[in-house]
Amino acid sequence: METAALLKELAESPGPSGYEEGIRSVVRARCAPFAQEVRVDALGSCIAYLPANDPAAPAAARPSLMLTAHMDEIALMVTQVEKGFLRVTQVGGFDPRVLFGQPVIVHGTRPVPGLVVSVPPHFTDPSEREKPVPLEKLFVDLGLAPSEVESLVRVGDLVTLRPRYTELAGGYAACKSLDDRAGIASLLLCLQELSRRTREWDVYVVAMVQEEVGARGAVAAAFGVAPAAAVAVDATFGSQPGLSSFESMKMDGGPAIAQGPNFHPRLFDRLLESAKAIECPHQVEIMPAESGTDAWAIQVSRGGVPCSLVSIPVRFMHTPVETVCLRDVERTARLLAELAARLPREFADSLEVRDALATGRP
Amino acid sequence: MPSQPDAPELLRRLCEAHGISGREEAVRAILLEAIRDRVDACRIDSMGNLIAFKKGTGASRLRVLAAAHMDEVGLVITGAEDSGTLRFAKVGGIDDRVLPARMVLIGARRVPGVIGIKPVHLLERGERDRVPEARQLSIDVGASSRAEAERLAPRGETAMFASEFLTSAGGTAGTGVVQAKALDDRVGCAILVGLLAERFEFDFVAAFTVQEEVGLRGARVAAWAEKPDAALVLECTGANEVPSKRDVSPSTRLGHGPALTVRDPSFVADPRLVEAFSRAGSESGIPYQVKQPTIGGTDAGSIHRVREGVPSLTIAVPARYIHSPVSMMDLSDFHHTAALAREGLTRLPGALGERGAGT
Repeated sequence: METAALLKELAESPGPSGYEEGIRSVVRARCAPFAQEVRVDALGSCIAYLPANDPAAPAAARPSLMLTAHMDEIALMVTQVEKGFLRVTQVGGFDPRVLFGQPVIVHGTRPVPGLVVSVPPHFTDPSEREKPVPLEKLFVDLGLAPSEVESLVRVGDLVTLRPRYTELAGGYAACKSLDDRAGIASLLLCLQELSRRTREWDVYVVAMVQEEVGARGAVAAAFGVAPAAAVAVDATFGSQPGLSSFESMKMDGGPAIAQGPNFHPRLFDRLLESAKAIECPHQVEIMPAESGTDAWAIQVSRGGVPCSLVSIPVRFMHTPVETVCLRDVERTARLLAELAARLPREFADSLEVRDALATGRP
Repeated sequence: MPSQPDAPELLRRLCEAHGISGREEAVRAILLEAIRDRVDACRIDSMGNLIAFKKGTGASRLRVLAAAHMDEVGLVITGAEDSGTLRFAKVGGIDDRVLPARMVLIGARRVPGVIGIKPVHLLERGERDRVPEARQLSIDVGASSRAEAERLAPRGETAMFASEFLTSAGGTAGTGVVQAKALDDRVGCAILVGLLAERFEFDFVAAFTVQEEVGLRGARVAAWAEKPDAALVLECTGANEVPSKRDVSPSTRLGHGPALTVRDPSFVADPRLVEAFSRAGSESGIPYQVKQPTIGGTDAGSIHRVREGVPSLTIAVPARYIHSPVSMMDLSDFHHTAALAREGLTRLPGALGERGAGT
């Protein structure tokens, strides 16, 4: 799989939270050649299973590692049709300032290209142009007669950003929904590499639904897979003008391995060791509490799942021009493959917390 | 995407071309190729106006100018930061609010870049209520050093919005809806190319002008040199139809045909021309609308006061969201504007008498 072509296909596919069919069919097809089994759970997450292939490993005692990224994207939803124009609300979190005048696709009885309205400067006075237009005044326009619009669109229809994947200089690319299609791309590349390697652990690669509305897909999928350990891959804030180095990760600096209460310290150490073993550039991201990712939900699934988070730096997150360095996507794939392929079976036992207080029952 | 009706191929090429005010050469090259075989003479003047001449049948002694501007609003690179991001300024009237989260193409090499904005998660208190000014924004081309950025996009290069030319089914006449950048005024250019296929009774001068968006500047020198008896400006004008609580004049409406400008802040149209084109519309069954006389300014604002004055009229294709990265028009308006321009021009000798302004 060529990274740029893969990322383009993933990023340009539609998949608003709760309505991921468009992107799911792409992910499913891309998983199929490398997984033993691909299934879709009740909420719609796509689960690819790659069993351990180490002949020495007895089937009964194989621990499983779950690698996840979310495939849903932030979007808009029609709330009202008014004189041929559509009023909309958010599915996930946009800054309404990035929507003014943006091209979109309205998923009515057929996909229809439209524009979020903007007002030409001819029609506004300078004081008006100093105020952002709030979401409640941001109509979507299809350019069609009101009767035509009524026949095509109804309340509840989804509106996604019109994609335009663009390769920039220096191995960078920009598109909508690179959060978290960059993560999905890295998992698919990882799956491909893992399929060629020897593994003592079972591996599940899961494309989650509904992350942007509160990690809901992860709750269900983590319960269903019941892994011994999990690593989520998501987007983190890439360095950009206006952000300090303390609140952003370096672009082209490799995957950001997260540290904090959401993450298991042994798994964290293991990821660092894996990165060093393959000389993979990486960085450490401090997350003081809620990570805002699927890892937050996975950690408290069933009786607890040792978790880690590896993030790909993405600039201009939650805008139509999210920007990523393709090398970071590839490095993330290599890091995860190295981790998964080199996990000894006994590593699962080492994840249990065994300090003095935990030795006996109260 | 659904079925896509045909849009005129020339219009597509013109809209996709790079032509920020002062750097119209790519648009001019397309036009020159398009008109070369259908004119008697053409030249490019010192500002870059492309001026074509088509001799009349001899039945009229008038010399009539039709103008459309080649330039579009956009950005110009003002320099690079150490980090490799580019700073820019606006060329022409652009609302700062359309700038964040946009893709642009820089210079003739069309180097892609994006105008970023802070992630919504990290906004400071009150930041969401402020509009980032153009001078605070920057373009990311993927460069990681000043040198690399300057190599990709030297100071002074112009940048245009990266917008696809898209035609979708439907619209008032069922002929389709176009979403594209720079409909203002590539629609006028495309219509003017079409008019050059005609041979009118009068001598016909077609001026594809430069620098309209920075002050109607090219048209002024073109009209001075060509000494027309009357002028028709082919434009694209705003249609502001977004629902609003208070009564806002939409100026024009999509799907209602070409907009005749009776007056705007830049000029008063010659009543004889308004009458001739209105009658052309009625008699030929071409729908038209009269633009509400509130906003805008076109090359007619320059042309009508050249030398001893030139009776002028502007007719325009209505479009929504002009001066933003993507504007929208109904294809039927484009075709009707072309038809009305032809019919109206044909009627000009009768409407003006033999010496236009003088008689």
